[in-house]
This record gives sequence, C-alpha cells and structure tokens, in this order.
Amino acid sequence: MNLDHRVLPGSGKRVQLMATCLCDAFYDDVAKATVEVLEYLGCTIEFPEGQTCCGQPAFNGGDWDASRKVVRHTVKTFAGDAPVVVPSGSCAAMMFHGAILEFEKEADLADVKALGHRTWELGDFIVNGLGITNWPGRYDAVVAFHRSCHSRGTKSSEAATALLSSIAGTTIVPFGEAEQCCGFGGTFSVTFPNISGAMGDLKLDHIRKANPSVLVSGDMSCMMHLGGLSEKEGKPIKTQHFVQVLRDALKNGNLL
Amino acid sequence: MKFQAIDQFAANLKPSTQAAVYDGSKKGYDARTKTLFDHFEDPNRLRRVAGEIKQHVVENLDTYLPQVEAKLQANGVIVHWAATAEAANQTVLDIMRARNAKKMVKSKTMVSEETELARFLDKNGVECVETDLGEFIIQIDGDHPSHLVKPIIHKNRRDIATSFEKHGLGAYNDDPQTITQRARVHLRKKYLEADVALTGANFISAESGRLVLVTNEGNSRFCLAAAKTHIAMVGIEKILPRDRDLALLLNLLARSGTGQQLTVYTEFITGPKSAAQPDGPEEMHVIFVDNGRTDVLASECRDILRCIRCGACLNVCPVYRQASGHAYRSVYPGPVGAVLTPLLAGKKFPEFADLPKASSLCGACNEVCPVNIPIPDLLLRLRNKGKEEHVPSPGTPPMGPWALLATQPTVWKSALVGGKIINHLPTKLLPIPALRAWENKHSLPEWKGGDFRKWMRNRPSKPTTS
Repeated sequence: MNLDHRVLPGSGKRVQLMATCLCDAFYDDVAKATVEVLEYLGCTIEFPEGQTCCGQPAFNGGDWDASRKVVRHTVKTFAGDAPVVVPSGSCAAMMFHGAILEFEKEADLADVKALGHRTWELGDFIVNGLGITNWPGRYDAVVAFHRSCHSRGTKSSEAATALLSSIAGTTIVPFGEAEQCCGFGGTFSVTFPNISGAMGDLKLDHIRKANPSVLVSGDMSCMMHLGGLSEKEGKPIKTQHFVQVLRDALKNGNLL
Repeated sequence: MKFQAIDQFAANLKPSTQAAVYDGSKKGYDARTKTLFDHFEDPNRLRRVAGEIKQHVVENLDTYLPQVEAKLQANGVIVHWAATAEAANQTVLDIMRARNAKKMVKSKTMVSEETELARFLDKNGVECVETDLGEFIIQIDGDHPSHLVKPIIHKNRRDIATSFEKHGLGAYNDDPQTITQRARVHLRKKYLEADVALTGANFISAESGRLVLVTNEGNSRFCLAAAKTHIAMVGIEKILPRDRDLALLLNLLARSGTGQQLTVYTEFITGPKSAAQPDGPEEMHVIFVDNGRTDVLASECRDILRCIRCGACLNVCPVYRQASGHAYRSVYPGPVGAVLTPLLAGKKFPEFADLPKASSLCGACNEVCPVNIPIPDLLLRLRNKGKEEHVPSPGTPPMGPWALLATQPTVWKSALVGGKIINHLPTKLLPIPALRAWENKHSLPEWKGGDFRKWMRNRPSKPTTS
C-alpha cells in the first residue's frame, strides 16, 4: 500500500464524510463525533446522502461480483475531488486496497483507484493530512489502544496514538501481544465462532491485565466484537472510538 | 447455522495440544522479532528486496530452469524432471533399483511430504528412515507433520517418551536429552547402513548450480557422509539467480523461521565428490518436481511460489495458534497452506476451498513473511475462486440480497430505521441467521439505524449535503 501521494485537503478544507454502515446502524455517536472534530479543525463537511456501505462484507466473503456492485455505487456517490474521510481503518483500506484488487480487470478500475486515492482513515487525515499532532482539552483516562489489523502498513495507529497521548489527562497503557488480531474478521466471527471467540478472549485477558479505564480503537468493528464478548461474559469493558475521546476532550476543555 | 470444518477442529482440539501449538508458535514469533529487529535497522526493507528477488525467479522460471540444469550437469549432477508426485517417487525408486539399493536415509524436505515418498518407498520394499528428529518421531508414530519447521510442535515430551517406549527405543523417559541420545544412537546405525541419501534443497543458485541445505541437527550432513548416492528432490521454484542472493535469503530464512542468526549447519553442495575429496557421495541426482507448481504459476496467485518454507506465517497466525496444523488437512498448514493447498490440489480444489476462509484477514502473515507474500490478498482471490466455482461455504451469509440493498439508498435508509425492531426481539426471533450466531457469543449493541442521518439533517449549522 502506498499512501504517500494521496489527495490533500484544499484551502477550504472541504471533505466528504464516509460514515460507515456500522456507524449508520449502531454507532451514531462515533459519526457525530467525527463531524464535530472535523468541524472543530475547520473542515467543511459534505455528507453524501446516498452512501450505504463500502462493499467490504462481500469482498471478504469472496463474492466479488456483489461487492463490485456496491463499490460502483460508492464511487458514484462520492463523486468529486475532495478528500473522503472515514472513521474506520477497515473501510478506508477497502477503498484504497481491497476495491482496487477486485477491479483489477474491470474497465472502470481508474475510477475506483481515483476514489482510493482520495480516501483517508480519520486519524491519518488529522495527523498527516491536516498536520495536527497535539490535541487540546482534557480527558482523564487510562487508555488501552487496540491497533486494528486494517491499519497494518498504514500510518493510522501511529497517528491515533500520537493524538491520544498528547491529550492532558490521558495515558496509554501497553498490553501483551498487541500485534495480534482481536478475532472479529467480519463474517469470520460467525462462521468461525470458536476460533474468533478464543482470539477475542485472549485479547480481553491481555487488556484486563493492563487495567485500563477505557479500550479505544479506530475501528468500531473490533470494538463491537470485544465489547460484545466482554458484555456477554458479564465482565463488560468500556469501549470508545478515538474520535469520541478527541471530541470529549474538546468538550471537557470547553472548546466545543 | 453450520460452521466451518477448521473451527470444529479447533473446538475439539485437546487443550494440551492447543497449548503446545500456541506456546511453540509464540516462542517462534518472539525470537524472530528479536533477531530481526535487534540486528537490522529496517528488516522490512530486506523482506521487500528478498520478495522481489523471488518474484523475479517465479516470473522467469522458463529462463532459470534450463540455466540451472546446465550448471548442475556441468558440475557432474544428473538432472531429472518430474511433472507429478508419482513421477518424482518413481524416479527415486528407479535410481535405487538400478543400483540395487535397499536402504535410504533422508533429511527433512517438504516436497517429499507432498509426494508421500517415505510411504511409497516402504510399499516398494525400500527402507526409508527420516533423520530429522521431529520427522523421525512423526515416522515412528505414523503421524503427519503439523508445522513447516517444527513438525512435532503439537506433541510434548511425554507424548514422545510414550512412543519411544512403544517402538522399542528404551523404557519410558521424558527427559529431552535422553530422548535425543536414544534417537542419535538409533540413527547413527542407519546412516552407516544406507545406500542412498535423500535431501531437499532450500535454494539452488542458477549462477553456480550450488545446492544449499540448512539444518540444525546436522542430519543431512550425516546422511551424505556415508551414502554412495545423493538424491535431492527439489521444487522447481527453489532457484535463486546468484550466489550472493544467499546472503540475504539465508539471513532471512533462519531469523524468520527459528529466530536464529543462521541455522547451525548450512551446506553448500556443488556436485558429487571430486577425485580430490576423501569422501562424500559418488553420484548426485537432482529431481526437479512440478506437482502442480506450473498451474500455480499460471494462476493469479503465483506470488505464493516465492515461499521459502520458514513457517513465520504459521507462528504469528492467530487461527493456526488456535486450530493447530492438522486442522488444515494437508502438508502445508497455516496461512501459506491455506493458499498453497487449494492451488496444488488442482481438480480437487473444492475439497480445500474452505481453507482460505480460515482467516480473519488480519495481515500478520504478510507482515512477517521474509519474502513479503501478500497472503491476505491471495486468500481473498481464492475465496472469490470458490464462489465463482459455486463451492458451498457453510455459514457464509449470502451477499446478493445485501448488495441489492446497498445499491438502493432509499431502501437502505428505510431498512436502517426499520431495523430498530431487532432491539425488541429475543435472539431466536432475530431475522438474520448471522445475527443469531453473533448473539451466541456476543451481546448485540443497540440498533440506532438512521439516528446519525437524522442528527446531521437537523443540526443548527446546516452542513452541505448532496
């Protein structure tokens, strides 16, 4: 993945928001926080109403024909030249990597590549697109940061942890085997429930040993899995997207 | 809802086996990280370069194979070509019969696992003794290796002590040193009796025809010390362009596989013994084995032919760690096996089309691969191949209806709002099987479909919408 030549925000900082289907269905507050944080940073947000999903479920499921239909819809919905910002490493990677793979032999590959070229994961956009590395406000928390797998090979996790660790009151605690996957993997979590669950439990064990006040990630899919497992086991762990932490820090500092 | 075979295998795995696999692979991963990152400023750059070298070989095999054949012949080596596993095994047997040879010692080679050489020779009245300690234990147990470089990762010393006792290698004793000593005494005799030594090759240089073997036990060296004939069974993808490439590849192989800077023994073999050499095999054969590799080369997954069989992708893989190598029902387990096995299976692809599904696509395998194989991309390509060939996939939700929904924004938005009904339904009445399966292990967060859009529309500072 080469992310060095992406479309940077113009002087008006106009961006398109890809809210993700998971936020559309479950995590409205993450999408709201994304809007509030980007606006705080001076961005003008366009929310294309026709957006649905990035196409990843079918892509990962092997049904590339179905996935391409959804990607084509997404390409059409996000017409334009502004950066597209996504509060998910996984959906972002679908746009700048996965979609390109499944369109290799398609006539409209160039359109898909163009959208991939404009797509940024949120933390990466804030740090490497807008050049922000210090976050104002205050948030009192001991954070365990889960590096989601789709941010491997990107600057996303580095960006999110840089922002989080710059917040007054926030400390990040390390935990064991941080490089390991949480076990979500989309439909993997329901077709391989034993392995997926065992992977999640291992992750939760390591996290609990570090005793954080909140588990934070850049991907709500991982949080849905780990949060859901921990709740079902009767030992719930509080989970947040890092953008909620950023937004709450601004609120606590009366900056929002 | 039906589940995948590998998941069932993992669920039924003995806890002690799972623990042995988990600990062994985690140790391998930790050692790899240490020896690579302590000694090199940017190991990832090395991996990329090594990947490019191997990819170059894969894409130019038609040039390199004749070149390496000519070099080997100039070095006095007899070269054979085997299109199939059967042909490879038959070539070995023919060489042995022509020399009236009855006994073989062999060192570890994955390609001979593919062809099931030892079983074939046994059926044909030839004694074939595995001399790698792990493979020797597998052989006496009638078991199968479950890891590329640690074939008995799934066993503990008590298992081994029990099988040594059962096979007349002394009374029960689970002290690792005693076990090793007993194997050594047994194997030394075999080395002296053998007519033929069979090895694989980790690399062959196209520049010099030099064959390179790495071991930690020195067993391949012992094999070659007494036998009159050396046969090397080699996959056609094992070539490196130049001798100097070995500096990079040997470094990466040992560090990635076992976390060593270099394996204990690294042998460079340039042909049968010369007149000036006091000992060594008088005759040397190299059998180049295809066994499905040219089909892989013709596919969109040819990058997997870069693989140098280090096992790093197994060690790091969370699925492998939970399921063990035997879950993959093939010679090659773990992420590399999930790609290579269905490809090498040829017409039997549907039997192994579930293997590429056994991954959360976390990408850790690609991150540790010494030749930077994009394993997750290849797993995805094979999932798509399975779908295109209509291979059933238990539990995988159908994506057609979802795609229909996701391409019609008006319907999508109504479904988001209408979905709130699931907040009031008990698990067994959830309308989608995948959601019911989810609720077996997880709680489901509250459905808040459409709430964000509503908030966005009704904000005081009206955003631009299109």
